[in-house]
Amino acid sequence: MRFIFSHMKKYRGRIVVQLIIKFIGTTAEFMIPYVLEYMLDVVAPAEGNNIVRMIICGLLMIGIAVFVRAMNIIANRKAVRIASECIYNIRDELFRKTMDLSGSQVDKYGLPSLTSRMTSDSYNVQNFMRMIQTMGVRAPILLIGGMAVTMIMDFGLAMVLFILVPLIIASVIIISKKGIPLYEKVQQKMDTIVRIMRENITGIRVVKALSKENYETARYKNANEEMFNSDTTASVVMSLPGPIMTLIMNIGLTVVVVLGAYRVNGGITQPGVILAFLTYFNMILMGVNGINRIFIMTSKANASAGRIASVIEEGEDLVTVYGDDGANKKKPYIAFEKVNFRYVKQGDEADDYELTDIDFSLEKGTSLGIIGATGSGKTTIINLLMRFYDATEGKVIVDGKDVKEYKLTELRKKFGVVFQNDIIFADTLQENIAFGRDVDEKRAMEAVTEARAADFVNEYEDGLEHKADIHGANMSGGQKQRILIARALAAKPEILVLDDSSSALDYKTDALLRQMIREHYNNTSTIIIAQRISSIMNLDNIIVMDDGKIVGQGKHEELMKNCPQYKDIYDIQMN
Amino acid sequence: MAWNDTVKKKPKDTRGTLVKLFSYMGKYKFAFIGIIALSLVSNVLGLLGPSYAGAAINEAAAGIGMVDFSRVMYYAYRMLAVYVLSSALAIVISVMMTRVSRRISENMRQDVFEKLLRMPVGFFDRNQAGDIISRVSYDIDVIGTCIATDATQILTSIVTVVGSLVMMVVISPLLSLTALITIPIAIGYTVWMKKITQPLYSKRSKAYGKLNGFVEEMFSGQKTIQAYAYEEKVEDRFDKINYDAADIYREAEHHGCTIGPTVNVVNNLGLALVAIFGAFLYMYKAIELGQISAFVLYSRKFSGPINEIANIMNEIYSALSAAERVFELLASEEEVADTEGAIELENAHGDVEMKNVSFGYLPDKTILHNLSLKADAGKLIAIVGPTGAGKTTIINLLMRFYDVDSGAVLVDEKDVRDYRRRSLRGAYAMVLQDTWVFNGTIFDNIAYGKENATREEVISVAKAAHIHSFIMRLPQGYDTIISEDGGNISKGQKQLLTIARAMLYDSRILILDEATSNVDTNTERRIQKAMRELMKDKTCFVIAHRLSTIKGADRILVANHGDVIEQGTHEQLMENKGFYYSLYRAQFE
Repeated sequence: MRFIFSHMKKYRGRIVVQLIIKFIGTTAEFMIPYVLEYMLDVVAPAEGNNIVRMIICGLLMIGIAVFVRAMNIIANRKAVRIASECIYNIRDELFRKTMDLSGSQVDKYGLPSLTSRMTSDSYNVQNFMRMIQTMGVRAPILLIGGMAVTMIMDFGLAMVLFILVPLIIASVIIISKKGIPLYEKVQQKMDTIVRIMRENITGIRVVKALSKENYETARYKNANEEMFNSDTTASVVMSLPGPIMTLIMNIGLTVVVVLGAYRVNGGITQPGVILAFLTYFNMILMGVNGINRIFIMTSKANASAGRIASVIEEGEDLVTVYGDDGANKKKPYIAFEKVNFRYVKQGDEADDYELTDIDFSLEKGTSLGIIGATGSGKTTIINLLMRFYDATEGKVIVDGKDVKEYKLTELRKKFGVVFQNDIIFADTLQENIAFGRDVDEKRAMEAVTEARAADFVNEYEDGLEHKADIHGANMSGGQKQRILIARALAAKPEILVLDDSSSALDYKTDALLRQMIREHYNNTSTIIIAQRISSIMNLDNIIVMDDGKIVGQGKHEELMKNCPQYKDIYDIQMN
Repeated sequence: MAWNDTVKKKPKDTRGTLVKLFSYMGKYKFAFIGIIALSLVSNVLGLLGPSYAGAAINEAAAGIGMVDFSRVMYYAYRMLAVYVLSSALAIVISVMMTRVSRRISENMRQDVFEKLLRMPVGFFDRNQAGDIISRVSYDIDVIGTCIATDATQILTSIVTVVGSLVMMVVISPLLSLTALITIPIAIGYTVWMKKITQPLYSKRSKAYGKLNGFVEEMFSGQKTIQAYAYEEKVEDRFDKINYDAADIYREAEHHGCTIGPTVNVVNNLGLALVAIFGAFLYMYKAIELGQISAFVLYSRKFSGPINEIANIMNEIYSALSAAERVFELLASEEEVADTEGAIELENAHGDVEMKNVSFGYLPDKTILHNLSLKADAGKLIAIVGPTGAGKTTIINLLMRFYDVDSGAVLVDEKDVRDYRRRSLRGAYAMVLQDTWVFNGTIFDNIAYGKENATREEVISVAKAAHIHSFIMRLPQGYDTIISEDGGNISKGQKQLLTIARAMLYDSRILILDEATSNVDTNTERRIQKAMRELMKDKTCFVIAHRLSTIKGADRILVANHGDVIEQGTHEQLMENKGFYYSLYRAQFE
């Protein structure tokens, strides 16, 4: 709640105006029955021709009604506008924050959950913000107004309310205390449903190939059933306060009748007052019910708001630490100094080290190849180098400076990178390559040519303006990789990182690509991670990784001599 | 983004949507009947309570010292009983309504999911996962909430509305004529507003779908975006989508929120008319004053629920457009059904042939031209060629993810279209370059292809795929939960898992599409034996760039630009010194 209100605070001026208009409208609405009563009790029975007076009264009634409509609509529209602006801001903030999350923070939430926070949770909050403004006026007026009138009429009898209202409040609080966690659970179940659905969408080929449709249906059904159960439980629990409050109020009414009878008997109260209490208790009940509905919505919105807030309030994970001196030129260009690393996951700290004692350096303009078994930690090196994670121990140096001393954007600006599971966005090729940087069409085409993608790009009638499908679904694996490489080259990076980015390319293309990099990018430091030995054997320096450790380092010839693992790989691949 | 599929753009069909919606509700018609019956009772109780209260007050009104407390208490007890009963009823009704509405949502979610599994593979290449999911999460939620709260509201007030109307007519048929003015106005306005708001609600649902799709795409590319400091650009694009979503919400509600207040005015207009008209009748002695009061009382009871319903009318409209989106998905074209008389492919022998096959994903862009190839049972066929040569397309056709434009794919000398699709696919096992694991234990992921696989079987294939020792190092071993996007497992390890999965899956034909591209050479060599075991006696289609891995193939097909330009054994092709030769040489350059 605190989160929602802190976002609505900005609009407090407009909200106050909205509430006042709503208040005026609601108050005016209460006048309509009085005019009607006046017409029926006073005007109609009066002697003489009073049809004119009737019509005037009738017009007054309609006039008030039209006024009320205007007020209500103005207030509603204002509320809608405020809610929409507010949710716009919240989503904006949430999106920016999510974009800035560090690797370990993303791991913590997971992609589907982050997405649903952005969408369904935001819709819940939006509805709440609107409803609280439109319903938040009427219910309290009914409640407080009703109580006030009863107190004026007969303070003694009204005391009954002072016993009831705390009871009602207590029951609402107790129940919603139970309800809020239940709604959080509902959201979690929804996450599961979304996740299974996503899995089936991404893995549709496998599911169909293995004819697992029935299995998947059953798996989904399970999750769906769980969703049903927790959703029903939450809704049922949250629907309890309504009837319970009604019951308490009605018991109160009975007490009022009995008590009133005694008081009438004792001559303290008029019978008419009890009758009037009947009406006003109904009014109070309506108010209480309204407040209850607000409560239900609140607990639902609260769960969602909490999920959104927990992302937005994530601390900055990778803070810039300004060192005592700027670029220490004595340091090498790129270096890992005794780096240990482990992914810290929520809950279990005893995770094994992913990287142990990584120590290497690289001069500007030279090239480095990294080879090793799957899971040996090759990609993790890149993650640390570009500071998606921080090293647990040791230092990572880029351009003579600890990576922690850079602003993240400045550090990353030095890189052109293709990740292992990199993605093509649903946009034009030009945009996929320029990627928001100062890369014009000419330069993009140059990069495309260098990445050996010119042949197929030229085949498109619209060339670089050709639109890629979601995740580049309209391109083959090799085409995608070449576009990604063009993206990495386009801004002439200081450091080029290719993480297994030619696995879908045939050897010939791969070789031509490396040759091009050697010739055109001799000022660029290049790091290539590959499975194919031919991709890295001619590089200036090669690291052989095994189980998170460096087991060999040097040039091809040296490694052939003193690194058995390397020689092994070579022998297998080159026969 | 438009819903990119074969659904024809048809005019908004509210009646059809309602019919479908009611068919979902029809399943629970007894529950609904029960709910209506119970709300009838609760309505009666609602009338009984005040009447007992009135009676009690009458007793109390006897005057100072004259009150008969036993009579007061008599009514007081009845009041209590009625109130307790009606609250209990209210709880029962809301529990029933909640259950029914959640069941309906559940059924819809289930139907959508099962529908998705029947959709052709191409559908998923064209549509954002996020947009599809938005229908399941947002749209169905809107419908469910609408049924739970709005339908309850309408159902529980039907009795009051109808009862009051009857009473009004009984009291004064003449005065009831005023309703002939107001009710058409109210209905007319509501219908007119529906015309305005419903397209807006559809647009809103669409905007949410777009938001969902965009967010998902960008979140999945978050690392790349960070690496290139592309955030600002993405944020700008998001800004537009976010703005559109917020704005269409505002616009829809801007119109939608007028319905309630307007109907309220109409109701008050009705009351004023009753008063004026009533006074007029009274003057001509056509009606008693008491009758007017009573009439007004009932008109209030009549208009109260109508007002409430008008207030939720916009929710109902938005639920209708949500339902339309869901039904639109449910109506979209499925994978072509198995033909009449399609047979089960059982104990496949494993002969596979492609005969003069032409195919393109788009009608005007042919990718494969008149392609023919033949693989006898148990043979190893390798398909090589530069990227984009159409290799993956061949796989798509073999598995019948797509149907050929002309020509035919034959398995055991029979057109694949004559088999039941599931049995055809059951004859294949495959390991793809794009590995896929789902959120579940490692055990479940490996055992995926084989029902009731035992622990021992799973461990033995994991050992064969050389992933066992990695698994054992994980904190929970085979019970460790892995997920598609979780960073706890590398692409190579995923590939080993899928190889283990394929080993468990007993089939006659095997497709290996760059199956070991992400596996390091050492591991690859270690799993060679297992791979050979896996491939033994099976018809194998292997796509690989590392040509050394396919040297032993019975036949190598060299594809380029959708044509098979060379075929033969490794030795024959090397001798030819053609395209294959140059590809092969490139490895060592």
